[in-house]
Amino acid sequence: MNDGCEVVIGLEVHVELHTRTKAFCSCPNEFGSEPNTNVCPVCMGLPGVLPVLNQAVLESAIRTGLAFNCEIASFSKFDRKNYYYPDLPKNYQVSQYDLPLCRQGYLDVEMDGATRRIGITRVHMEEDAGKLVHGPVGSGYSLVDTNRCGVPLLEIVSEPDLRTPEEARAYLEKLKAILEYIDVSDCKMEEGSLRCDANISIRPAGSTVLNPKSEVKNMNSFRAVQHALAAEAERLCAILEEGDQFILETRAWDEVAGVTVQMRIKEEASDYRYFPDPDLVPLVISPDLVAQVRSALPELPSARRQRFMADYGLPAYDAGVLTGSRPLADFYEACVGASHDSKTVSNWVMGEFLRLLKAHNLEVEQARLTPSHLVEMLQLIDRGDISGKIAKAVFEEMFISGSRPREIVEARGLAQISDAGALSAVVQQVLDENPVVVEDYRKGKEKAMAFLVGQVMKATRGQANPQLVNKLIRERC
Amino acid sequence: MEIYDLTAHELADLLRRGEMTSVEIAGAIFRRIHDVDGDVQAYVTITEDQAMETARKIDGERLQGRDLPYLAGVPAGLKDVLCTRGIRTTCGSRMLEHFVPPYDATVVAKLSASGAVFTGKLNMDEFAMGSSTENSAFFPTRNPWDLGCVPGGSSGGPAAAVAAGEAPYALGTDTGGSIRQPASLCGIVGLKPTYGLVSRYGLVAFASSLDQVGPMTKDVRDCALVLNLIAGHDPLDSTSAPVPVPDYTSFLTGEIRGLRVGVPREFFGDGLDAGVSAVVKDSLAKLAELGAIVEECSFSHAEYALPCYYLIAPAEASSNLARYDGVHYGYRAMPPDGGEYDLMEMYMNTRSQGFGAEVKRRIMLGTYALSSGYYDAYYLKALKLRTLIRDDFSRLFEQFDAIASPTSPTPPFRLGEKSNDPLSMYLSDVYTIPVNLAGIPGISVPCGFTDGLPVGLQLMGPVFSEGTLLRIAYAFEQHTGHHRARAPLGCSGSGESGARQAETAGRQGRRDAP
Amino acid sequence: MKLSIKEVEHVALLARLAMSEEEKEQFRAQLSSILEYADRINQLDTTAALPTYHVLPLQNVSRPDQRGATLTQEEVLQNAPDRDGSFFKVPRIL
Repeated sequence: MNDGCEVVIGLEVHVELHTRTKAFCSCPNEFGSEPNTNVCPVCMGLPGVLPVLNQAVLESAIRTGLAFNCEIASFSKFDRKNYYYPDLPKNYQVSQYDLPLCRQGYLDVEMDGATRRIGITRVHMEEDAGKLVHGPVGSGYSLVDTNRCGVPLLEIVSEPDLRTPEEARAYLEKLKAILEYIDVSDCKMEEGSLRCDANISIRPAGSTVLNPKSEVKNMNSFRAVQHALAAEAERLCAILEEGDQFILETRAWDEVAGVTVQMRIKEEASDYRYFPDPDLVPLVISPDLVAQVRSALPELPSARRQRFMADYGLPAYDAGVLTGSRPLADFYEACVGASHDSKTVSNWVMGEFLRLLKAHNLEVEQARLTPSHLVEMLQLIDRGDISGKIAKAVFEEMFISGSRPREIVEARGLAQISDAGALSAVVQQVLDENPVVVEDYRKGKEKAMAFLVGQVMKATRGQANPQLVNKLIRERC
Repeated sequence: MEIYDLTAHELADLLRRGEMTSVEIAGAIFRRIHDVDGDVQAYVTITEDQAMETARKIDGERLQGRDLPYLAGVPAGLKDVLCTRGIRTTCGSRMLEHFVPPYDATVVAKLSASGAVFTGKLNMDEFAMGSSTENSAFFPTRNPWDLGCVPGGSSGGPAAAVAAGEAPYALGTDTGGSIRQPASLCGIVGLKPTYGLVSRYGLVAFASSLDQVGPMTKDVRDCALVLNLIAGHDPLDSTSAPVPVPDYTSFLTGEIRGLRVGVPREFFGDGLDAGVSAVVKDSLAKLAELGAIVEECSFSHAEYALPCYYLIAPAEASSNLARYDGVHYGYRAMPPDGGEYDLMEMYMNTRSQGFGAEVKRRIMLGTYALSSGYYDAYYLKALKLRTLIRDDFSRLFEQFDAIASPTSPTPPFRLGEKSNDPLSMYLSDVYTIPVNLAGIPGISVPCGFTDGLPVGLQLMGPVFSEGTLLRIAYAFEQHTGHHRARAPLGCSGSGESGARQAETAGRQGRRDAP
Repeated sequence: MKLSIKEVEHVALLARLAMSEEEKEQFRAQLSSILEYADRINQLDTTAALPTYHVLPLQNVSRPDQRGATLTQEEVLQNAPDRDGSFFKVPRIL
């Protein structure tokens, strides 16, 4: 990308709240039901129905606003956003327009050792639409499933403070971590419970003008967001360089082709004819309610990170990785709680555990390996029942099978050999087979010791206790 | 007096004394329907089989000695804007001609739980927009006092049915006068409760901040009894008032000495028919005879109420009626032979064909008032005006217990007389509209005749003052006896109504058809 | 306050209403006269007044996060003008 171009990015994230019921009716808030079975007259928009706000939606929204350091409005309301689409039964969406529940917040993004504060313009409540599935090309029809109608959403809008596609991705990862921490959403982009649209524009470096922006849609993962923004920034930079006009347009990310494609030119913003929903009464948010929600907030990522550094003596980077997601942080603390060895646990969790999770494409909660498994394994190492090297193999098998470490060690005969008698014969054999190396060692080459130990380990398939081997060799040389 | 002429409470007393069965009463009502509905055309759907089954069931329970609600076993009609599970609900529109709701409106469920025997669904101006029931997509309803005249609207079907003896009582709905004005034109009692007193869940919305369900009855006692059954907080309606519901019949004392009644001079100006004016003034004198203190007052923003309403109501309606698009329910336009519609064409044709002219007019008006660039000058401005109108009433109610006026500026007008001039039709609601804007209750009670046609007296009170209004209305009614008058509607015999009888039979056949 | 035909067309599009040329003209005339009548509210000074969005002073009405009954699939689809198995069927957007 050209250095003369400054990229200006803002992100709009829609998050499905995982309350028990929908926003304005008591239908279960569930994903994956048979089409058109998870609806009632209200979310279907039948003639005559009326909405009633789910209290848990309001509380989740306040909690989210507080987690993003927003001001919580003391007076708020719902508005109707009027437009026609087959996935919107009433042809209006209940949303919030000019008095959103939360405003003027921020999120700190840590990247490459630095922290940048990204402004959050607003967080507001709205209801989701249904799903429209297009028929085969040329068939001329679409199919509508109303199950998702009325699912509660929060819309989280950032200020256009992001400056690189990487930063945008980091923002999303932090956003997701916080939302998981406060337990308001599953945040699964692949299930649609977290969706992201981006606004991006370009200006000459040093300028403070905001140029017309592109809206980029159809990004289905955080990685896609990063790549789409990179592609779009490049495209816009090229326009800037050629001195062409920017136009307000909506572009879709084409993952396969690796480019954004024009969807439509944005004319003057659609006239949504917003007006306050007469079927819903105003919200007056008392300071008491806000205080109550605030006091029930769990420890947020930044605070937890600080605590890990202080209480467990972890360096900033490690603490950052371990608090990257709430399930991971919980897993770590459960291990430390039982084993009291924060550094060793940290090594295993940041090392092998994360590596295996990634390799098998699993979330922490899906892993068969539990904190008690890891703790037990550490105890086996401490007692010398297995060597550190063997432990890696045991760990991997634990991860895959979910068996307890002891069972694995027994089943595969991996117990460390710490009996001098058992090892003596092997040690002697190695010494007999390598007289030159033995001579080197006697002459003072410590590297020779390593070789000899290595040979014993090889002969015992790694199960010999290395310290004992070391001792035995020294005795016999 | 015929069975069909009796009030609901008289029928209830007969049932409780064991002098008649529900089946007999329902039978008499349906015979009356078959006799006269060919002429009156109050009913869109007649539910005779279901009604008789309910009646049988209630008779059975009564024989077992069960203690039944007071009005159990008494037939009732429902304006076709109230959702009834398994029974088509058309709202007087082609758009919903075949729509069968899978749920009951709260008020329907409440009446059902009280043992009401539903006779059927009653005709109305399409989507409750109109003042004459001529905007029904199916047929106009006729005034039982003069079949060449309109019954008023939009609850013309319920008003005519009650006036013609085709239902002992009915539920109507009122957004700008749609209960009170037809009640006035048909010589019956009609009450629009305080906004929020009666649940709107299941009432197909026209203007959400103005709509209310209310009783339409032959006398004030019936009105109080029905209000008892339908009033009360509903957790399914966020705008439902969490207030305790008194026994409204306890206000029927006949005693109104010392009550102060204000009469706005603005309501006796231009546009008021001389005959109506005379009858209403006479009625005010009767109130004074009863000991009420009747005084002139001023309603400062009276002339702005109508324009205010005709911005707010259509704006809300334009959004409430957006759902009628042929996707999930209701009418969908079919393309001409061999053709195909894309989505936009389907929307545009469905809505243009499914809605009548008045509905389209109001949707256009409302869309315009909300649109970018006009919102402040029209919708927002109207909402501010609404505050001024509410404040006018608040000030008046510091001085007066109730405000009185004619309900309608004219006696029933002839079919076709105003249907070509929308503005002139809108003026029918000039006295009733302020009540909806302020959210206060209003009742219309029969107060006499001009040229043989009914005139109604409107009483308005502060929020939740239905008790006071019923008290005044009851005292007035008992003193004047107007509630005893019955429309001189003959039975079958003339060739004209014979042809309409065949139509009735046709509607019977359609009664539960989806 | 006279409306132009263009404005009528714009509003009709927002409202998804198709109109013939005669209807457009008829609506233009009728809406213009109604709006002219309604315009009289702009004679009034309402700067001191707050808008009334709700006539009752209700606030914070909500319900507990508890599940209730849903409709059956048949009930949901029973009024569908066109369906395909368990889905509503609509023409495609062009």
